[in-house]
Amino acid sequence: MTDRKSRNKKPARRKPRVNKDELFAHFRTMLLIRRFEEKAGQLYGMGEIGGFCHLYIGQEAVVTGLEAIAEDGDKRITAYRDHGHMLACGMHPNGVMAELTGRSGGYSRGKGGSMHMFSKERNFYGGHGIVGAQVPIGTGLAFADKYRENSHVTFTYFGDGAANQGQIYESFNMASLWKLPVIFVIENNQYAMGTSTQRASSTPEFYTRGTAFEIPGEMADGMDVLEVKQAGARAAAHCRAGKGPFILELLTYRYRGHSMSDPAKYRTREEVQKVRGEHDPIDMVRARLLGLSGVTEDDVKKVDAEVRTIVNEAAEFARSSPEPEAHELYTDICR
Amino acid sequence: MKSELLMPALSPTMEHGTLAKWLVSIGDHVSAGDILAEIETDKTTMEVDAHEDGTIVELLVAEGATDIPVNSAIAILEVEGTAVTTSETPRPVSPVAKAETAPIPPTAVTITEPEFTGETEKTTLRIALRDAMAEEMRRDESVFLMGEEVAEYQGAYKISQGLLEEFGARRVVDTPITEHGFTGLGVGAAFAGLRPIVEFMTFNFAMQAIDQIINSAAKTLYMSGGQMGCPIVFRGPNGAAARVAAQHSQDYAAWYAQVPGLKVVQPYSASDAKGLLKSAIRDPNPVIFLENEILYGHEFDVPRDKDFTVPIGKARIWQEGSDVTLVSFGIGMSHSLQAASLLADAGISAEVIDLRSLRPMDTETVITSVKKTNRCVTVEEGWPVCSIGSYLSSVIMQEAFDWLDAPVINCTGKDVPMPYAANLETLALITPQEIFEAARTVTYR
Repeated sequence: MTDRKSRNKKPARRKPRVNKDELFAHFRTMLLIRRFEEKAGQLYGMGEIGGFCHLYIGQEAVVTGLEAIAEDGDKRITAYRDHGHMLACGMHPNGVMAELTGRSGGYSRGKGGSMHMFSKERNFYGGHGIVGAQVPIGTGLAFADKYRENSHVTFTYFGDGAANQGQIYESFNMASLWKLPVIFVIENNQYAMGTSTQRASSTPEFYTRGTAFEIPGEMADGMDVLEVKQAGARAAAHCRAGKGPFILELLTYRYRGHSMSDPAKYRTREEVQKVRGEHDPIDMVRARLLGLSGVTEDDVKKVDAEVRTIVNEAAEFARSSPEPEAHELYTDICR
Repeated sequence: MKSELLMPALSPTMEHGTLAKWLVSIGDHVSAGDILAEIETDKTTMEVDAHEDGTIVELLVAEGATDIPVNSAIAILEVEGTAVTTSETPRPVSPVAKAETAPIPPTAVTITEPEFTGETEKTTLRIALRDAMAEEMRRDESVFLMGEEVAEYQGAYKISQGLLEEFGARRVVDTPITEHGFTGLGVGAAFAGLRPIVEFMTFNFAMQAIDQIINSAAKTLYMSGGQMGCPIVFRGPNGAAARVAAQHSQDYAAWYAQVPGLKVVQPYSASDAKGLLKSAIRDPNPVIFLENEILYGHEFDVPRDKDFTVPIGKARIWQEGSDVTLVSFGIGMSHSLQAASLLADAGISAEVIDLRSLRPMDTETVITSVKKTNRCVTVEEGWPVCSIGSYLSSVIMQEAFDWLDAPVINCTGKDVPMPYAANLETLALITPQEIFEAARTVTYR
């Protein structure tokens, strides 16, 4: 990852200014996502969560940084590794966890599962299970904002795997042609399931993939929440100024498998350990916090305790919420 | 040597045209490739050019003349050089000029919407569809049209003629030829609360976008526990046109009718086209609106009332009868009504039902009819396996088994990709004669 970082076209222009409250807020959000995902993994192992379950552990700084610069009315949409996005945009952990367990208290009343959750209230448009399909949809959300002549932007997240899909380039073309306020956020965690970017992509610099469409792009360290935030702010300013789309490639890493059933044969344990040990997004913020005057180990531990309580409550809610009633089988098919 | 200039066919379905403008006069010398005239149909405007060098000696058709049949002479050219007699000049044969391949004309009897009693006017499906969109766009600011060639070109089939002028480029949006992308974009706009009308130049091209239609548009309301609706209309011509072969001649009715979360309609008459399209645009769900290119130019009585709509999910009995029930939809209705007329001549009284909606499907009207006639023939242009007809047969078997006096027959397109050759295409398509024979079989007459 360090060699990729050295190719960063626009490194952070100055050392991010550190505000203690903001830093604590980011720490808390990232920690909430991590503890939530650890709990989800645990519940999966216990058979409480079924089907597919794609954990976000390792990538927390991406959504945390971007949500920190999102404004009211901005929209977000992503693929199936979506739990972190929902927690970061303010959806309730109880509703997310209860959806994972397929219960009536879940955001989709148990009918969507891990990959298919939505919140109109939080402008979270899913949660999509088909690789790449969310990208034209996200472009359409931005089309609606342009149609309504407001200044909202849409964060359209996808991975390095989806970045090679045809519909992404159809979306790039229309977004640039019609100057749509969409930030294409490429979460490059370096593996599309088990296929590394080197084995799947003819060119590894995804942020340059908009060049043919005259869409500016930027790469940033997706493990550093403050760098993500700065890059995101530049991208959002570009969109809000009516200049059309922007591509943000955030270099990140997932610690867990693609899904819960992942043989992990495509990378070494040492590779994972190296990132965890040297470039973990949460550890980096913790170190920054502890470097500030007046912040103690206890202050940091307090956040962890608080987050664990929230996650335990979510798990409790998700296990006690009743299954959807049988008549729900036939509801919500058509309005 | 004199050479005839013939009225060209500008499309596979064109039968007549208008000579909008002569660009040459008698005595003019023309070279091959020179533009001689502008020809118009209700669908398109095109230029006619000279195929050889020569002098215009006669203009046989006046400027502005309408209803000029394809392949009739419009001018005489005195050709220079080696003599080639006129009779030896190969004369292009328009597919529509041949009786055996001619598209079935609409039945002479047009029946006004039975439940409608107000004033009507003769309108083609093309105009009815345009009017429906325009009226709904005036009524609701969130309705917009997008698709290939819908704006500046005025619609590949002229369905959107005049809409750009009235509503502007913000609401009538020309897209790149990228169905997968713009369909997904439309779905996103609908999630955000707009009401897109997505025009597919034909439904054959929607196969590139079918993931977005089914996985994104149809399923999201369910997957979101009722939160995220998708009020969108996907519309365009469906089924066989004429002589455009396998990749451009497929009926998708049965495909889409299978999908929970979609509504699927396929009108036959202009009044249903207009009333159903208005209902589709107002509907909070994704609606697949299947049109037919051959029917676009057909005229029917359409109510003048701007508030006239046709409910989705309700069949229409076109003709009451007592001996056999014919059930169809779309262009199949044209064949069925002709078959009903042949049957009447043979002393067999057919009840003809237009399903209009394929999902939800008004099977109740069909069952009621079958309980009366005790016999049923289903008619559709699509393939036989897992067809609309095979579904109807199973419903009839389950709900009206004791009333049946004969097995239900499904008249369908043949189980082959559409061939190009005129004779083979005719064999592949459903015909009134086949329906007539099927009705005789089930009535044992």
